Amino acid sequence: MSLTAAALVPLPVVLPLVAAGLALALWRHPRAQRLITVAALALVLVASIGLLVAADSGPIVVDVGGWAAPVGIDLVADRLSALMLTVSSFVMLCVLLYSLAQGVADGDEEAPVAIYHPTFMVLAAGVFNAFLSGDLFNLYVGFEIFLAASYVLLTLGGTGERIRAGSIYVVVALLSSIVFLVAIALTYAATGTVNLAQLSERYAEIDPGTALTIQLLLLLAFGIKAAIFPLSAWLPDSYPTAPAPVTAVFAGLLTKVGVYAIIRTQTLLFPEDSVVDDVLLWLALLTMVVGILGAVAQNDIKRLLSFTLVSHIGYMIFGIALASEPGMAAAIFYVVHHITVQTTLFLVVGLVERRGGSTSLDRLGGLAKLAPGLAILFFIPAMNLAGIPPLSGFLGKVGLLEAGVAQGTPLTWALVVGSVVTSLLTLYAIVKAWNKAFWQTAPVEIPTDAPLPRGMVGPATALVAFGLALTVLAGPLYSYSERAASNLLDGHTYVDAVFPGESDRGQGESNEVATGGTDEPEDDEAAEGGADG
Amino acid sequence: MTPSLVLVVAIGVLFAAGVYLLLERSLTRVLLGFILMGNGANLLFLVAGGRAGGAPIIGETPDDQMSDPLVQAMVLTAIVITLGITAFVLAMAYRSWQLHGHDEVQDDLEDRRVARHAARNAPAFADLDTEESGASLDDEAAEVRDETDGDGDGITDGQEPPSGPGERRRDDGPADEGKGRA
Repeated sequence: MSLTAAALVPLPVVLPLVAAGLALALWRHPRAQRLITVAALALVLVASIGLLVAADSGPIVVDVGGWAAPVGIDLVADRLSALMLTVSSFVMLCVLLYSLAQGVADGDEEAPVAIYHPTFMVLAAGVFNAFLSGDLFNLYVGFEIFLAASYVLLTLGGTGERIRAGSIYVVVALLSSIVFLVAIALTYAATGTVNLAQLSERYAEIDPGTALTIQLLLLLAFGIKAAIFPLSAWLPDSYPTAPAPVTAVFAGLLTKVGVYAIIRTQTLLFPEDSVVDDVLLWLALLTMVVGILGAVAQNDIKRLLSFTLVSHIGYMIFGIALASEPGMAAAIFYVVHHITVQTTLFLVVGLVERRGGSTSLDRLGGLAKLAPGLAILFFIPAMNLAGIPPLSGFLGKVGLLEAGVAQGTPLTWALVVGSVVTSLLTLYAIVKAWNKAFWQTAPVEIPTDAPLPRGMVGPATALVAFGLALTVLAGPLYSYSERAASNLLDGHTYVDAVFPGESDRGQGESNEVATGGTDEPEDDEAAEGGADG
Repeated sequence: MTPSLVLVVAIGVLFAAGVYLLLERSLTRVLLGFILMGNGANLLFLVAGGRAGGAPIIGETPDDQMSDPLVQAMVLTAIVITLGITAFVLAMAYRSWQLHGHDEVQDDLEDRRVARHAARNAPAFADLDTEESGASLDDEAAEVRDETDGDGDGITDGQEPPSGPGERRRDDGPADEGKGRA
């Protein structure tokens, strides 16, 4: 844990926020805005890669403002956080470049750039803050930051259709925020702290019934965000109406932040809870099957992909609920794969919409002949999503299946069967989309001269290439996921990093000032003095 | 720690009223429900902070009589967030009224289509929902109303058998209706 690595930790949050402010101030200068936002995200990507390397030798903890951990807020970059940061910053950079090219090509009517850029940066800051937070309340703040940004992005332009879809999305998100807030209040009442590392020590001591209540409330809040059945109904109706790049980044990242939060709280705060794990396994099964049946019934590529998004969240929950190292490793690998492939597909569908004039499978046709390059761009991530060997989707699913078989209970066997069936149905749904959009004779005439801006094809191609790179580099990536999973499940790496050397305090100036006193949680916190404001 | 009964009752009332309003159709009422529940959650934080006490400043109050400042910091943060979100949702409700003449939070249109399919597959009973409108999902979304219909009979435009895609809009369509009321 070197000094330079610790200096990198706050950057993913600070840089986008500064960029958002600058971009807002420079709203009259679109070119400067573009430069600032792209530079900020590129720097975050570099910082994230630095963290990815540095975190491999142990979690990096930063006590913000020099206040030692349970008093102040701490940011923790362990392997999981660093991996999520790296993938999401790369994906966001590609989406940003894509939307820039789209804005230039469209004359900015669909996406008013003056609002779009600062909001996109705020979204990035919120997502990265959620990944890095070592404090439950700070996690909530991260959630609120990216949710507020997502409300604006989803209703961008304020057209009737987006306002309609947006109001559903906003109401559901508001509800999940309240549930999360209540869970935090109850946590504080029960344990007297909101620091994740300290919570992991104290949850073991409190009444199991209270702990279960709080756990379920947190799962409910995160489950809404992650779109786990039966909390997933809002997603397929609200995502597809947004502009293509916005849908892409929402589909790729926002649900995964919910999944990340579930991984974090389940492993760190509630390590041993077989009852909840069984419930999660059932929910994973239902999410997979119900989601994919929805996708099969769809006749619009965007909605179809939204349903596959819901369905594949089930795979990740499956891995988490197994609560074993192989399961968790496969889930982490699958999250990385799915962020990439889902974002890619939505971006490519944006291109399809541009080329074919629609996303309805009744109106598209013959694109394989008209735009062979586009067909390749669609085909590779589509097959990846369906889990065709040897692509990364296949590797992630095999990992999950192996972990499920290793567990060997009837329920995990049911999950294994469900996973295979879902995989086949995904293939069916996606091949249906392929056949209709690319192979069938076009039902309505598709213009032959609708050139695709190179600036939009470029980022989409980069993401397809990244998806292929995940396949080629699956070995190192999978072993990194395994190391991340073993850290998560051993139960002490995270806590030891936040409170080094068996102490109950992190590193910081307040370490010397504050006196110990852990007799009663409430009084303890009161005596420590607040640094949360 | 014994929480104050008044606070607990207030939290209960706020949440009950909040949930009730959240289940309404109109976005404005939903927003009011959200605000009530948000304040309920804030009070819950105060309860979580333990007994009341003096200002938590060393030298000002003895250590054992300080109130917990952390919960107040968290409540302040939550209030600020609620304020921002409230402003946004109000703007959205206003925009919705501008465009459609109502601020209804609609059901998922997909549900309507699924109901149609189900009804068509089981033709033993009559169901007006079986009529396919022929319009695209987006066109339909603009016209359909779930409950906040002006005539108050609960029958929505979408359930009336359409004579054709072009003629579905009634004379007293949603847009005119809302503006008339305002």
